[in-house]
Amino acid sequence: MSLVTLTINNKTIQAEEGTTIFEAAKQNNILIPHFCYLENVHQIGSCRICVVEVAGARNLMASCVSEVKEGMVVQTNTAKVRKVRKVLYELILSDHPKNCLGCHRNQNCELQDLGEQIQIDGFRFEGVKSKDVIDSTSPSIVRDSSKCILCRRCITVCNEIQGIGVMNAHHRGFATFIGPSETENLGHSICTNCGQCIVVCPVGALKEKDSTQIVWEALQNPAKTVVVQTAPAVRAALGEKFGYAPGTLVTGKMASSLHELGFNYVFDTNFAADLTIMEEGSEFLNRVNKHFTASEGAVLPMITSCSPGWIKYVEHQYPDHLGHLSSCKSPHMMLGALVKTYFAEKIKVDPKDLFVVSVMPCTAKKFEITRPEMESNGIRDVDAVLTTRELARMIKDAGIDFSQLPDKEFDSPLGLSSGAADIFGTTGGVMEAAIRTVYELITGRELPMESLHVKPLVGLQQIKTADLKIENALEPYSFLNGLTVKVAVTSGLKGASILMEEIRLGKSPYHFIEVMGCPGGCISGGGQPRPVDDMVRRKRLEAIYREDEGKKLRKSHQNEDIATLYREFLGHPLGHLSHELLHTAYVKRDKNRLAPR
Amino acid sequence: MITHDDLCAVHSMTETEKYRLLEQIMDDYDHKESNLIQILHMAQAIFGYLSAEVQSFIAEKMDIPNSKVNSVLTFYSFFSTKPKGKYTVSICLGTACYVRGGKDVVNKLKEVLSIDVGETTEDKIFSLQVMRCIGACGLAPAMTINDKVYKQVNPNKLHRILGMLK
Repeated sequence: MSLVTLTINNKTIQAEEGTTIFEAAKQNNILIPHFCYLENVHQIGSCRICVVEVAGARNLMASCVSEVKEGMVVQTNTAKVRKVRKVLYELILSDHPKNCLGCHRNQNCELQDLGEQIQIDGFRFEGVKSKDVIDSTSPSIVRDSSKCILCRRCITVCNEIQGIGVMNAHHRGFATFIGPSETENLGHSICTNCGQCIVVCPVGALKEKDSTQIVWEALQNPAKTVVVQTAPAVRAALGEKFGYAPGTLVTGKMASSLHELGFNYVFDTNFAADLTIMEEGSEFLNRVNKHFTASEGAVLPMITSCSPGWIKYVEHQYPDHLGHLSSCKSPHMMLGALVKTYFAEKIKVDPKDLFVVSVMPCTAKKFEITRPEMESNGIRDVDAVLTTRELARMIKDAGIDFSQLPDKEFDSPLGLSSGAADIFGTTGGVMEAAIRTVYELITGRELPMESLHVKPLVGLQQIKTADLKIENALEPYSFLNGLTVKVAVTSGLKGASILMEEIRLGKSPYHFIEVMGCPGGCISGGGQPRPVDDMVRRKRLEAIYREDEGKKLRKSHQNEDIATLYREFLGHPLGHLSHELLHTAYVKRDKNRLAPR
Repeated sequence: MITHDDLCAVHSMTETEKYRLLEQIMDDYDHKESNLIQILHMAQAIFGYLSAEVQSFIAEKMDIPNSKVNSVLTFYSFFSTKPKGKYTVSICLGTACYVRGGKDVVNKLKEVLSIDVGETTEDKIFSLQVMRCIGACGLAPAMTINDKVYKQVNPNKLHRILGMLK
């Protein structure tokens, strides 16, 4: 790459060829106000807020889509630029409700921030408002078009990054609206509920469907025993809502705050992550066994099933390949099912009086709990899902001074977990956790890798692969000697489609695949605090691995409470009760619901 | 390759035959997303308008989301998602036609047909729409009814023109 020399605001700088003016300025600590721009996601120059003056150019140029050139002279804050920027901003505001105090994004809104940044001091333009549609048909996502400023980030993330394409612009000019097609709504469409559109929305046009209200009601109902569980990724991001730097682990304070909120029992989804490894690992070995020894064969590669956005995606897009999915429910559904059976029995409470709340980094989990099959004996496994953001709202609403809370532990018997469970929160983690256990089950030896990490599976790359050669296997697995187990990991649904295409064409070389629906995995799920960029993802990812390495227990099969659970209740992995409570089935869905057959 | 001329027979076709024809057209266009607009043109010629069912049929056969198909067709005013009348009356409101009284023609038509622009009469005979310049500025104000062009239209001529059609 060759370097280009230019001046920005009279400062001579160098930037790599192909860099945009916006990025070059940022690298040199010159901040250009911007709006629709989003790192790695969106550079289409649609809002024009980032315009700059370039000597010799006829018009102002959008810096996010204009590349630097040798000798370029750029000014980012001349009177002309500032005037135009202000007018553009005022025009955006002219079609916005401006009812900030009644908006969930108040004080966490990019439109507000921009107003502060460019020092707006009034609303000169008032006129007709273009659209006012609220789509609350989805159990996960609510769309309020009156607040939409047509930046199109959600379209890019839905089409280009997730490869779904439910969010698009319809009609044109003043009549433009963003959403599914005119004849569909989010609740009845191919939307996977991943919530990545919510994460990138700069304003309050997209948000999670509120569950705080029903959780408050349950907490205040003396007849209910309210049980809460928290997903691994929540502890690595919740702190951001209370002023902590990204990557700060707040596990102890989080447990503390849940006790303060009045939950009767604070359990950990991580416990069920360890359980998932026991079940899913056994399922994998079972399939491998059948595949290599029995005549009937078994479907490989097996693919993880923890991510409900991924599950709905594959049900819509690859309905003929559902046999690849592990039959395991996602960890929080497993824990919910156990709370209402195993635990209910222990504390002698009628399961009907138990209310299970899952705090998740995820919006798709809100959909998942509504799936008809997620119940036992007519009792729902989980009653409500709160996103990380919603939990933060409740903590604030309850007047809990989060930063002053002491660290507390999770409750027993569904609170203990290994480090292998922690890494479920990040891309590559489920696979690594499975490998730690499965390798040891097959060979009787610990995974021979530095601090038990499968290095090629760590990181934010779209698709990661690893080979694991099996040698000196224990007697029951001696048929695996010499086999190279091939695994793949992907996060983000576009990556998943690449691996699924290989499967569809019968060309997949893998035995085991991990898919997480959101880029980076649960750490940057649709329910996590905003903003999210790769720096934030990396910090959260590091935090998750730190949590893992800080634990004495590093492998799921070492978790004594899991052993107790099997001894006292479940019997053994893939046993009769496991099948009833911890495993599930999938449904074929249409890609385009209305098409005549 | 099927052309617009081949579409003349669609009036006597059953729904199933129409869908089969549309599928054949998509085959001709290799089901390529870059040919979507052309396919939508043909689909509208076959069905008269692009219903939700036709849209999702196209989406399914081309393996693209419903939302994408809808996004493209709602961008262009040529495409209609509602059934059209037997006659589509289109008034040009390009610059030349506008200054020569196109707007008065539109207003008169709204009054005579008792519908707004973009609507269809209850008896499904007439649909009303406006266009921006059809390249017949010398005939301004110009109007088309289906494929026939009418020149130098004025509000007083309308009753006679429409009457001849009824």
